[in-house]
Amino acid sequence: MTSSPPVGYHAKSSHTPFDSMLEATNLACVRGARRLFSDLNFSLVPGTLLQVTGPNGSGKTSLLRIICGLMAPEEGEVRWQGANINSLGEDFSRNFTYLGHRNGVKEELTSVENLRITAGLTGIELTKSGAAQALAEVGLAGREELPARFLSEGQRRRSALARLITGGRTLWVLDEVLASLDAAAVNMVERLIERHVSGGGMAIVTTHQLLNFSPGSFQRLELATELASGSASPGLLS
Amino acid sequence: MFRWIVARDLMLAWRRRADVLSTLFFFVIVVSLFPLGIGPETELLRSIAPGTVWVAALLASMLSLNRVFSNDYHDGTLEQLLLTPQPLYLVVVGKVLAQWLVSEVPLVLIAPLVGVQFGLSPDTLLVLFVSLLIGTPILSLIGSIGAALTLGLRGGGVLVALLVLPLYIPVLIFGAGAVDATIVGIDPMANIYLLTALLVLSLVFAPWATAAALRISLE
Repeated sequence: MTSSPPVGYHAKSSHTPFDSMLEATNLACVRGARRLFSDLNFSLVPGTLLQVTGPNGSGKTSLLRIICGLMAPEEGEVRWQGANINSLGEDFSRNFTYLGHRNGVKEELTSVENLRITAGLTGIELTKSGAAQALAEVGLAGREELPARFLSEGQRRRSALARLITGGRTLWVLDEVLASLDAAAVNMVERLIERHVSGGGMAIVTTHQLLNFSPGSFQRLELATELASGSASPGLLS
Repeated sequence: MFRWIVARDLMLAWRRRADVLSTLFFFVIVVSLFPLGIGPETELLRSIAPGTVWVAALLASMLSLNRVFSNDYHDGTLEQLLLTPQPLYLVVVGKVLAQWLVSEVPLVLIAPLVGVQFGLSPDTLLVLFVSLLIGTPILSLIGSIGAALTLGLRGGGVLVALLVLPLYIPVLIFGAGAVDATIVGIDPMANIYLLTALLVLSLVFAPWATAAALRISLE
């Protein structure tokens, strides 16, 4: 792990570190008796992709859940546009789409229904054709009206990915987003993220594979497992 | 957004009709077993009717409680519900309302019918109906706390019963008490009022407790 300047400095010249949208300061996470990471700092400005890497059990998922406010950090805080996400409460949810290990797709419902209901729950009225269009974009054309239990694992993942398109949120928080996807779908996700980031969006992605693209500011955050060895603080690579 | 929560759960229940019907049939069968087991002793049947129907209602509601959050928990949609831009309190109220509509209302509607087996008078059947109508939402509300607390635990079903059934006791006492009062010719309104007070209390506090329990379970 090499030490490098904070993520903010890598952004396009028009941004200074001070207009960072998302900022994590001194985050620490403890699961059970294990301290997964501590003193973790990063900040994101519009148009940045942050890839979180690290071995199994290094706290990638925990970090993402902390960022979304699903989990409270042991120490430190996450700020969105300068305000602690706890003080923002539900309003913070308007700014991001989270895709976890579990797809969040109801087996009893068709892909269109899943998408429209999720949109409705977040306050967006999505038409049937709008949903079908998003599903076509993730490669589910012709399978929109099939209950999700008839879809393969990869197809369900694609169905979940359609939420990114319909959500229209600034920040994408994607946990193991490439799991169970085929090569074509991996490429599709990369293009999706690339388009999002180059359009001024932000994405935080955990994956074991290296993402194959080069937008303006592509950052990597590596989480270590062995904290006892002294290299406790996670390093930023770029 | 609130209507989407209710609509979603109603739609899911419609797609899994068998689950809903099994709760209803459980209630009908349990209530019907008593007259069959005890025989045609009208006086005895009449005096045990309020307790029997109410206990069957409590047990039937236990059956449907496990499903309120666990299905959503396992497929990840509960996480997504937590991340919607609305108070978790409202999400919980929406889900409990849907559970009540789907699992408890059919039971309330059929209760006067099964009550006939116990030789209850029309007046008594009406009070039974009203007491269940006010009492079953309390069961759903209190039960949701237990369901949220035991989320993701193995053997959660039995644990929910152990946690929640003792909390149902006041509802059982006032609910069955109202029907009892009518049978012996006393005004049942005192019990009904107390039951209504319980409903208001649980409507205010239970979703809040459930929301807190959900956050803990999902961490």
